[in-house]
Amino acid sequence: MSRRVTLDLGFAGNTRDVTVVIPDDEPTPWQWGERLSVVGKPAPRVDGPLKATGAARYTYDIELPGMLYGAILRSPWPHARIRNIDLSAAEHLDGVRAVLALEDREIRFAGQEVAAVAAVSSDLAADALKLIKVDYETMPFVVDMDAAMADSAPRVFGSGSNVGRTSTSSVGNVARGLEVAANTIEAAYTTAVQTHVCLETHGAVASFNAAGDQLTVWCSTQGIFSVRDDLAVYFSLPPNNVRVVCEFLGGGFGSKFGATPEMIVAARLARAAGVPVKVMLPRGDEHRSTGNRPNSEQKVRLGVDRDGKLTAIEVVARGSGGINGGAGSADPFKSVYRCANIRTEERNIYTNAGPASPMRAPGWPQGCFALELAMDEMARKAGIDRLEFRRRNSDNPVRAAEYEIGARAFGWAEKNSAPKSDGAVKRGVGVASAEWHAVGVSGPEAQAIAHRDGSVEVRVGTQDIGTGTRTILAIVAAEELGLPVDRVKSEIGDTRFLFSVPSGGSLSAPSNTPAVRQAAAHLKDKLFRIAAPILSAEPGDLEASDGFIRVRTNPSRSLAFADVCKRIPGDSISAQGERVPNYEGFRTDQAGCQFAEVEVDTETGIVRVTHVVAVHDAGRIIDPLMARSQVNGGILMGIGFALFEDRRMDPQLGIMVNPTMDDYKLPGSLDVPRIDVTFFEVANGITNTGVMGLGEVAHVASAAAVACAVYDAIGAPVRSLPMTPDRVLAALGHA
Amino acid sequence: MNRFEVITPADLASASQLLAQDGHVAFAGGVDVIDLMKQGIVSPTALVNLKGLKELGGIEVRPSGELRLGATAKLSEVAEHPAIRARFTAIAEAASETATPQIRNLGTVGGNLLQRPRCWYFRNPDVNCLKKSGDKCYAFGGLNRYHAILGGDPAFIVHPSNLAPALIAMRASATIVGPAGKRTIELENFFTLPTVDPKRENSLKPGEIITEVIVPAPSASVSSHYLEARERQSFDWPLVSVAIALDRAPGAKTIHDARVVMGAVAPVPWRSHEAEAALKAGPLDEPRARAAAKAALKGAQPMSDNAYKVVMAKVIVRRAIMSAAGLEAA
Repeated sequence: MSRRVTLDLGFAGNTRDVTVVIPDDEPTPWQWGERLSVVGKPAPRVDGPLKATGAARYTYDIELPGMLYGAILRSPWPHARIRNIDLSAAEHLDGVRAVLALEDREIRFAGQEVAAVAAVSSDLAADALKLIKVDYETMPFVVDMDAAMADSAPRVFGSGSNVGRTSTSSVGNVARGLEVAANTIEAAYTTAVQTHVCLETHGAVASFNAAGDQLTVWCSTQGIFSVRDDLAVYFSLPPNNVRVVCEFLGGGFGSKFGATPEMIVAARLARAAGVPVKVMLPRGDEHRSTGNRPNSEQKVRLGVDRDGKLTAIEVVARGSGGINGGAGSADPFKSVYRCANIRTEERNIYTNAGPASPMRAPGWPQGCFALELAMDEMARKAGIDRLEFRRRNSDNPVRAAEYEIGARAFGWAEKNSAPKSDGAVKRGVGVASAEWHAVGVSGPEAQAIAHRDGSVEVRVGTQDIGTGTRTILAIVAAEELGLPVDRVKSEIGDTRFLFSVPSGGSLSAPSNTPAVRQAAAHLKDKLFRIAAPILSAEPGDLEASDGFIRVRTNPSRSLAFADVCKRIPGDSISAQGERVPNYEGFRTDQAGCQFAEVEVDTETGIVRVTHVVAVHDAGRIIDPLMARSQVNGGILMGIGFALFEDRRMDPQLGIMVNPTMDDYKLPGSLDVPRIDVTFFEVANGITNTGVMGLGEVAHVASAAAVACAVYDAIGAPVRSLPMTPDRVLAALGHA
Repeated sequence: MNRFEVITPADLASASQLLAQDGHVAFAGGVDVIDLMKQGIVSPTALVNLKGLKELGGIEVRPSGELRLGATAKLSEVAEHPAIRARFTAIAEAASETATPQIRNLGTVGGNLLQRPRCWYFRNPDVNCLKKSGDKCYAFGGLNRYHAILGGDPAFIVHPSNLAPALIAMRASATIVGPAGKRTIELENFFTLPTVDPKRENSLKPGEIITEVIVPAPSASVSSHYLEARERQSFDWPLVSVAIALDRAPGAKTIHDARVVMGAVAPVPWRSHEAEAALKAGPLDEPRARAAAKAALKGAQPMSDNAYKVVMAKVIVRRAIMSAAGLEAA
């Protein structure tokens, strides 16, 4: 059964009524401007004290009785065949309980897994690794993308080409668009390989039952259910015989989907040893083998007419995902700016380097950097203000409104026309546009439970990638039940709870909050049925607010929520909710823009970011504190990408030379600028909460805005990321 | 990490005896040695704990104006000491620019001088380079953006100490106690180039311990300054650094003595007599500072990735001179 609901969708000054059909048991979507009691109010992270005191249990903290410590031997060679592995010395070391050689005998990157051991201490496991004798037949290798494209280059995969399939897209006629243009530019842009650098490295603790048919894995993952399914397949077990737990997760950024090699190693060692085994990766292995954002080289051509409208956009891009595919950066060129003639071409080049994996808006930070810096080069050549140039070429009303908000908050007009200073340190500003799609998907189910003591629990099989999932789920349930947030406890991170989707692709908030809200609404209905006879009312006449259940038309007739709970038969009462498919809403895309200010020392080439203003739409904001924190993180990761981060591969040895926190440089506290975040609320009407994800859109434009600001400061574009001093000095003609 | 024991000697003489044995390594702050052990770059059988030895502790400005830094004095104590900040400014500045507050609270003067280079080939357990038992410096012909532009051959590391250039600029000497007794060496002569022994960065012999660093009293007309450039503002190693000490009589235009010592450009702290001569050649002004900076980098031989360090070093040397002299940059 279903019903029709009319929703007022859009944003201030741009709203329209849309009638949607929703299931009968779906709570009525919160309306634009509806007064809510806890949603939208800043609430501190509910598990903040646990994290700050060290009480939160991450995978690293799991200790089980009899548990062994596993370690993985990795190839020092970038390309080799394993002739033989002699495990005997390792097996005979006192304290070693299991040793295994991995099946893959073809080594394609330095850092690939070769063998593994489990021992009674991690020191013994490390000692045992040294006793494993591997006979490698080393082979020619290639780690440089350009070198890998040569006909004579060593092949990463036997006889297969290192050059992947070319994927293209084309609208209109770019050649014609460039012909009719009043001005054109053509330039090549490059970005470096960025690694995820999860603060908690990849790892797992695995435990089989005595019969060997029940596997429990505690692991650091973005997708407990995808890990469960992968492990079930690998070990030929029914999925229900595999339980995956992830109470707390120290970052994933796209690198922790599914059963990763160290999880499988932990489970295999546990099965072989007959006791639980923990494998946590050392930092160097994390850098080398668990994923990365591919590098890119992007040749861009733009054309504009006399009115400053784009007549042509073209990008020919390539990148290397190491032994994986996944390089590509053309998406922003297809959709951020309006143009009748757009052509894109992208290719993945295989090299003997660690595998790429999805990373926070795959392809977009690279593509946005090239597109936005090219836009600035084009604007300068055509003599148009950069912000005006973007306005003229964007037809997205949300972004148009955000440009104005951001420009005001940043002081664009004054800063853009201010002198760059007459000393060595020049100031510059830049603006870049963001885009993402984050309306979530159906699939998750949630359970809401009221206990006799008046407390409420919500349980969902999701996990908190760090964005405050527990907090926002508690807020949504509290809103529906008319309770303060601290009366609701969120339980997540266990496949014994109802299914949810992986925390990636900005899916978590928009996919989970509607299921939790529905579950809470269903629980509320059950509590209303308990309260109704006492209040001499029909359940349908009741409402829940301020910790009371009361008669809507006569609020003085009420019962405290806790008093209703005391009448729960048995110990608790529970209800379920599901995430229904998206309704037809306002827009499924997100715009967003970021403004950056930098100081460039033109004599040393050192860049400092001093101020960032971010304007983002993410539907309804559940908790502005959590949301702002997520945007801060996206910006900092973008500053790292813009200024510091580069996985550096030595061409002579084929190894990563900087797999440490010392040499692989992340921004530190003194590199953090002032950040101002404004949320531009858009009623999108796609779910009962109207929430959109924020993880990715907050990151895509950050590096681009910084690069545009550097160009503004020094008058020369730095077309390669990271913008290290050598590159800035080279752009200035000093080196 | 290998198994090892920690031995706490009763006195300096037994510490020296212990350190004369193979596989025994000195331990105080432990910042660098533990890192090297975790990476498997050094595998001592015993760490000799110097922390409790009273001869190694303390900071003192003697009535003569001479500064004594005990080898186990913490970097944070050096950075915050009011007399050091006032009269030995470059030394306090160098200490305060080092690493992070946590590391400055652990790291010691002796450890800072004796820490091993940060070279990413040397620190990689999978690479056997010239500084270990290998026969090749991979930085030459490899990735060398952070490597030497002066005096590199045959091992192109840079000396990582912040304190060393500042101490040398202030004419410091080290007191060393060893099996053969006590010796004193000008810090300038303590560090050794890879041409002497590519595996080592200094002349400390087995069993020898730096007990203190003595900085002579500077005359009232000496001013000093330490300046470094780094990519990140937080917790980063200098790309180039320099310590300047200038002696200029009150009211005089010309400097009668100067020391210019660069860090992070060569395998040893690099004193530039050429720059010092250029500074003394006439009245000090911006063009003279620029000429001195140019002279400091005259012999630079950059490799494939580090030519920018030559440009940057000239800027940092010039700025540090101007700042030490109390002159505004033009």
